[in-house]
Amino acid sequence: MAYLLETKDITKRFGGLTAVDHVSLGVSAGEVVALLGDNGAGKSTLIKIISGVHKPDEGEIYLDGKKIEIQSPIDALAQGIETIYQDLALAENLNVYSNIFLGREKTKKALGLINVLDHGTMAEESRKVLDRLDIHIPSLKSNIRNLSGGQRQAVAISRSIYWDAKILIMDEPTAALGIAEQKKVLNLVNSLKNQGIGIIIISHQMYDVFEVADRIIVMRRGIKAGELVVKDTTPDEVVSLIVGAETVKR
Amino acid sequence: MEQRTDVELKSRQQKAALLSQIGKRWVPLFILLEIIFFSLSTTGFFSIDTAQMILFYGTEIFFLGTAELFVIITGGIDLSVGFVMGFATVIASKLMVAFGALGFSPLASVLAASVLTVFIGLLPGFMNGWLVAQLRVPAFIATFSMLGITRGISELLLAGSPAKNLPPLAGDIGNGYLLFISKGGVFSFFKRPEVPRGQYVWSLIPVIVVLAFIFILIFAFILKRTRFGQHIYAIGGNKEAAERAGINVKRDLIKVYMISSLFATLAGLAYTFKYITGKADAGSGMLLDGIAAVVIGGASMNGGSGSVWRTILGCTVIAVLETGLRIMNLQTFTTYVVVGVILIMAVIVDQSLPNFHRSEG
Repeated sequence: MAYLLETKDITKRFGGLTAVDHVSLGVSAGEVVALLGDNGAGKSTLIKIISGVHKPDEGEIYLDGKKIEIQSPIDALAQGIETIYQDLALAENLNVYSNIFLGREKTKKALGLINVLDHGTMAEESRKVLDRLDIHIPSLKSNIRNLSGGQRQAVAISRSIYWDAKILIMDEPTAALGIAEQKKVLNLVNSLKNQGIGIIIISHQMYDVFEVADRIIVMRRGIKAGELVVKDTTPDEVVSLIVGAETVKR
Repeated sequence: MEQRTDVELKSRQQKAALLSQIGKRWVPLFILLEIIFFSLSTTGFFSIDTAQMILFYGTEIFFLGTAELFVIITGGIDLSVGFVMGFATVIASKLMVAFGALGFSPLASVLAASVLTVFIGLLPGFMNGWLVAQLRVPAFIATFSMLGITRGISELLLAGSPAKNLPPLAGDIGNGYLLFISKGGVFSFFKRPEVPRGQYVWSLIPVIVVLAFIFILIFAFILKRTRFGQHIYAIGGNKEAAERAGINVKRDLIKVYMISSLFATLAGLAYTFKYITGKADAGSGMLLDGIAAVVIGGASMNGGSGSVWRTILGCTVIAVLETGLRIMNLQTFTTYVVVGVILIMAVIVDQSLPNFHRSEG
């Protein structure tokens, strides 16, 4: 099957250190790929290359079979690659719908002259996307500060989805959450997958990975240590690949 | 027994809620207390004339409070506003005199000088914004340096003595009123009616105050209703999130510091028109007023919150105080002490209460 997003031989060096060394990976529409590896394995650097934060020294990125250049994070967004970082990047002093529309606010004309914020439309549209993902937040006017960790994660995800993400990259989406909320976020990932979005997920939680992922890519010291299909593998095999006890090439 | 603790808990919760309400609304209450205090301790404080005087003498405070608000919402601070104000008084005065010498009519001189001053006054703000946004100089350092730079330039331009020989028209505008009513019921706009000498004429609504509030309203609208305004709050709330959301944070920060300078310049123009002179230190003591007004108005120094409306209330606290103490014949320095104490009090009240009013708008 053709990949929706594919990287070929991506390499990134920081001075003398090769953070990512000829890594190729692909994710199809409606597929969840888990990117695993110990700290310093190069996962974050790879993700940052795909989301436009870093530029690769070597290698190519393909979206929908076409070679693309990602100049900046904004450029990545414009091409449909959304990234949800661990810190979620929400403005806590603003309310739910203002965050969903942050930087891309809807406006209307006041007195036929000046563009003013269209709170009504933004709230309405936000409600729609939250409903679509089955997310319950009592008031869209409450500030992010007053929401729980899971609700914040849901807002961050809704924001990406509203803007027609083709590819969604999630960095440790369940790290800071309680058990019940972890479950909700995983359900959310599953429902996004069913809507045809290609998802790359970084996680340390083996349970999460086996719950939602279709494939696992393990990185170790900058190189791709292996690729596993979730239904044919076990957590033990994955762990040994992460720590380097055994090298599986497929 | 259990029921009793329930009742106790409930009354304690009610008390907390009440306290929080008081915390939220202490500013209007405080203004009320000020008015009561000065009405009781002086004669003639409680009058329309005094109210007008408060607004008239408070114009610069209203401008500087608004200036500081925009910067503080982004999580920055502008220490240069007081001396940018002084700089503007000097530039405006010098230009008015220069245009007069070139043979311009008084009206043309005053207008041209004012417009030009506004443009020149944007420069310190542009520099501040550029230093903060582009070169990542801490706002404290960038604007503190600008304080020195604008002060120095003003002093150099003045070469020792305050600017003088400004067109009297400037003073007519600065001290003018919109409406005059004489005791006989004769009224007129802008100009004092022709009434017999010695007859009392009531002057209403100082021109300078009206102009000030027009500017402040326009920028309150921008802050509250436009995308740019929303982005200012977003930058103060989470700068990195704003950047990642595609907001041009650098450009917006430069704009914000320019707005701050614009309002400092307008404060300078108000001063020039009122006192018909230009002085480097015209606003030297007023930085405290500007920052205090914003903080009293409930904005957080960490950025992300604050509103024009509440800043205006903060300014009013200080303006009422200044006029009241002046009527009581206390020295100006007393005001500094009291404003300093209120500022500290505002921060303590803010921190000791649950974070209820840290909202946008």
